[in-house]
Amino acid sequence: MANFTPLSAAIGGVLIGLSAVLLMLLTGRIAGISGIFGGLLNLRGEDKGWRIAFIAGLILAPIIAGGIGYGMAPPRLPANWVVIIAAGLLVGFGTRLGGGCTSGHGICGIGRLSMRSIAATIVFMATAVITVAVTHHVLGG
Amino acid sequence: MWIIAPLACGLIFGAGLLMSGMVQPTKVLGFLDIFGAWDPSLAVVMAAALAVSVPGFMLANRRPRPWLAQQYFWPSKSEIDLPLVAGAALFGVGWGLVGLCPGPALESLATLSPGIIVFVVAMAAGMALHEVWQKSRLTAQRSKLLANATDG
Repeated sequence: MANFTPLSAAIGGVLIGLSAVLLMLLTGRIAGISGIFGGLLNLRGEDKGWRIAFIAGLILAPIIAGGIGYGMAPPRLPANWVVIIAAGLLVGFGTRLGGGCTSGHGICGIGRLSMRSIAATIVFMATAVITVAVTHHVLGG
Repeated sequence: MWIIAPLACGLIFGAGLLMSGMVQPTKVLGFLDIFGAWDPSLAVVMAAALAVSVPGFMLANRRPRPWLAQQYFWPSKSEIDLPLVAGAALFGVGWGLVGLCPGPALESLATLSPGIIVFVVAMAAGMALHEVWQKSRLTAQRSKLLANATDG
């Protein structure tokens, strides 16, 4: 557990929880990123302003952090483009079919003590752990 | 100026992902890799977030309406059905393949990394694909209902 960073994880988690609660208290919306982003792809509907604003804030965060000296390192991704595209397709299709992702089900849904979200979180955690086990230890990626 | 509220919430959410390190796929994969050098940080992030969101949502539940909107948009579904389980399972496989879920992926667009841009475009394509599939299923269901109605 050499990489365990409990303090920064706890502070980050509090900020994420705070964001979800504030968005609900102020605008009545669930801070589920796949739902917020997915709603933008729908050509109908007029409730796009708050979605664009939230995502703009999300993208602005590392830019502002970089401006005050806490720049974000570029994420390390697999070299294989097929894997990146397949993963993106699965994340997009799966989160819409399952009605949420790590934030919508994991933070907001469980935060509302929804059995549906608890079930979803257990399932996506399980398949993600299996996927990592297979790609890292069986296939040796 | 209500638009400031979701913008600020996005900023706080992004700051949380940055601070916790969860914006980095390697950090997320360290949590998912329970058979390797396991890093429990993501569990701490979730526990800390829930410590705030559970009482926070209880407070929201007791208020008649949000401060800046007419009504709450609480999710209406509560049943554990096949689409929920199948969707979550597919999402988990994609998440495990590269260590990116929608929040960190969108936030990382700030780095203009080509891999991130490709991932986000593929994610949007996956969402659009779901929309098209859902629509064609509904149309098929409706024409079947109509056919049955004229038969009977």
